Amino acid sequence: MPGRRLLILFALLALSCVFYLTYGARGDIGFALQFRGPKLAALMITGAAIAVSTKLFQTVTGNRILTPAIMGFDSLYVLIEIALLFSLGGFGYAALGESTRFSFSLVLMIAACIALFGTLMRQTQRDLHRMILVGIIFGILFRSISGLLVRMIDPNEYAVLQSNLFANFNQMDLDLIGLSSLLIGVAIFAAWRMRNTLDTLELGREISINLGLDHDRLVLVVLGIVALLAAVSTALVGPIIFFGLIVTSLAHQIVPSFRHRDLLPGTILIACIVLVAGQSILERVFHLDTTLSVVIDLVGGLTFLVLILRGNIR
Amino acid sequence: MIEIQNIRYAIGDSLILDQVDAVIPKGEVTAIIGPNGAGKSTLLSLASRLIKPDAGAIRVDGHDVHHASTAEMAKLLSVLRQENHIASRLRVRDLVSFGRFPHNRGQTRPEDSEKIDEALDMMEMRPFENRYLDELSGGQRQRALVAMILSQDTDYILLDEPLNNLDLVHARNLMVILEKLKNVGKTPILVIHDINYAAKYATHILALKNGTTFANGPTLEIFQSETLSNLFDSHISIQTLDGQLIALHH
Repeated sequence: MPGRRLLILFALLALSCVFYLTYGARGDIGFALQFRGPKLAALMITGAAIAVSTKLFQTVTGNRILTPAIMGFDSLYVLIEIALLFSLGGFGYAALGESTRFSFSLVLMIAACIALFGTLMRQTQRDLHRMILVGIIFGILFRSISGLLVRMIDPNEYAVLQSNLFANFNQMDLDLIGLSSLLIGVAIFAAWRMRNTLDTLELGREISINLGLDHDRLVLVVLGIVALLAAVSTALVGPIIFFGLIVTSLAHQIVPSFRHRDLLPGTILIACIVLVAGQSILERVFHLDTTLSVVIDLVGGLTFLVLILRGNIR
Repeated sequence: MIEIQNIRYAIGDSLILDQVDAVIPKGEVTAIIGPNGAGKSTLLSLASRLIKPDAGAIRVDGHDVHHASTAEMAKLLSVLRQENHIASRLRVRDLVSFGRFPHNRGQTRPEDSEKIDEALDMMEMRPFENRYLDELSGGQRQRALVAMILSQDTDYILLDEPLNNLDLVHARNLMVILEKLKNVGKTPILVIHDINYAAKYATHILALKNGTTFANGPTLEIFQSETLSNLFDSHISIQTLDGQLIALHH
């Protein structure tokens, strides 16, 4: 049953891709593909990164409404970038070179996430309400510090960063796409290798320890993967708070399984469909540029409210 | 045999367990009894590696539970805690099949299905095997969880107040199952509040009071009016009715 649904999703994604690549392309199709191809690739790897990071985060926290973005992972990455720019200055920042800087921020991000969220999870022990509260406070804290630093730096230096501060599917950082795909590929492969263990991990600390998992260590490993994925997707398009939430909620509705071997591909496919189809429709049919992230956050915000109000959030 | 050696466990400044020493024999049903706050559940958490002791050790068949490989321990000792919050939307059968995880790492084999069926039958959960957990009553959920523990098929089975949520028929049935497991060489150990169940089904008693061992021995030895009255600081009279020990505590 989940297998057939995954196939249908796959077919839908293929259709969306063809639509995105060819719709409204006049003249030489090869020329259009040169422009649209890399963007399509960027959309898909971003979708995959957000999908997997959200699903993994929900697995280790044992709930279905918290996502890395809501907990402030994205804002933390933005803060790290700004702090880096602030401490190095525009010159030093530019001199580092894109991929060195990216790798450096990634390492910082993973370390910070494990230290911060690892401790937080040990403290709150699956107390969902406290997690939500702390997450929202973290998000505001990171954004406020970023805001303060931004006001203190040179406007010219600020321009360097701007693309990281706001989600934007039209100005994706395509220079990073090679390195990003590699990192995301490795992270998703690692998650896939752990798929059976993740099913068990989702049962909670007590049961997974009983079943012989080194729960606390595994949670840190998974958080590391989540941090990596969140960082890469933020670097590519900027923070979109509610996208992961929409995607995992849809996946749980569409893919009737609790197993990661079905849910991981399911969430990835759905994320890619939403991004590719959404972007094609907004960009090509309605000619409304830059608004996909706004639409996603609007729909996602509403989903978040509905999930909370319905109360059966677990 | 489970050897509990000089266990000490503190949360902040408050000492929960101190100098707990006991030997729990293999092949018996052991009941851990004692007043609220005696440290029974904490002792179980320690034995199940959820928390680490500040001092002392717990050995199961000679393996120190906190130092041996946790994956190997899961084949020797299973634990069911009082509260289990499960996030995944699982059917009863899926939950029970997780009991096989220590043996198959998530790849279900034919022999696993047999164990799962057996566990479902024992807990009379076969009719509900395709129900989702959130469609079950508290008692059925509890039985599904016990079935998961049974399918884990370990020599030692630790249960923290397993009779919670169960009506008296299912409570008795569970105790009978534990007795049967004992007869095939397993060692069930349970924290229990109803001392009459302990009197009837347990063959060994570990009594805790104020975070330390109060008494440890065969049921007949421990079930004396004086011992139990001292344990609970309240008058308890032990009578024999139809050859069965009864504690009158009302």
